[in-house]
Amino acid sequence: MTPLGGYLLVAALLFAIGLAGALTRRNAILVLIGIELMLNAANLNLIAFWRFSPHPEALTGMMFAIFSIAVAAAEAAVGLGLVISIYRHARTTDLDKMNRMKG
Amino acid sequence: MSVAFWLIAALTVAGALAAVLLKNLVHCALAVTAAFLGLALMFLELDAQFAGFAQILVYIGAVAILVVFAILLTRGSETPEKEIGVFSRTWLAGLIVAAAVFAVLGWAVLQSAAGLPHEAAVPAVSVQQIGQALMGQYVLPLEIVALLLTAATIGAVIVAMHEKGDAQ
Repeated sequence: MTPLGGYLLVAALLFAIGLAGALTRRNAILVLIGIELMLNAANLNLIAFWRFSPHPEALTGMMFAIFSIAVAAAEAAVGLGLVISIYRHARTTDLDKMNRMKG
Repeated sequence: MSVAFWLIAALTVAGALAAVLLKNLVHCALAVTAAFLGLALMFLELDAQFAGFAQILVYIGAVAILVVFAILLTRGSETPEKEIGVFSRTWLAGLIVAAAVFAVLGWAVLQSAAGLPHEAAVPAVSVQQIGQALMGQYVLPLEIVALLLTAATIGAVIVAMHEKGDAQ
């Protein structure tokens, strides 16, 4: 297997693990952790393709990954703020118990 | 494929698996930190030093700490009741979807393995070049990200702020 193929396979595995975590856990914080893992897997793909591209000095994939890291940080801050707000309101972070939209 | 790559890949995947499988939320946060560290090491292995250290600073320094704070503020470290477990009612469907996604992605990678490039020359990219690219070609995205981060910080504070008349 080529090095790029190895990185792509690891990224696919990480994405699947993150997706499984986001879809199967009850706790909202764990769902956010799963989403972070998926974003990281995408970043790994970007960096790997940048490293083995014909023109790495153009920095395209690397810049994409850096901006993606910044956006993921913003997403984590807002997501965890929402979890804390919902916990204060509903006294739970169990997603199965959050089954009504009325406050 | 070097031995270092397989070791780092094993650390990353083990951390990610532990993060989604463990019961105690604090253990999950520690495991996901190990996965983030493994990803940062992979970025370093891919000669993307700046992205690797940004990954360590942002994910291990900020996101992991935020997750721990959220766990403490929501009392999530208490182990859930034994009879309901940590997985939702529809865990089987979620697992099937994730396995299907991995099957499709893995199949696509293995199918195209012959066309993937082999060893490429190590890219000589200095931090100075990255800074010049950020201040030149990518200055507009940089400003938009700065605005987004400001808005996200203010939004997170407002969303998580105490409501008036709240008992706690």
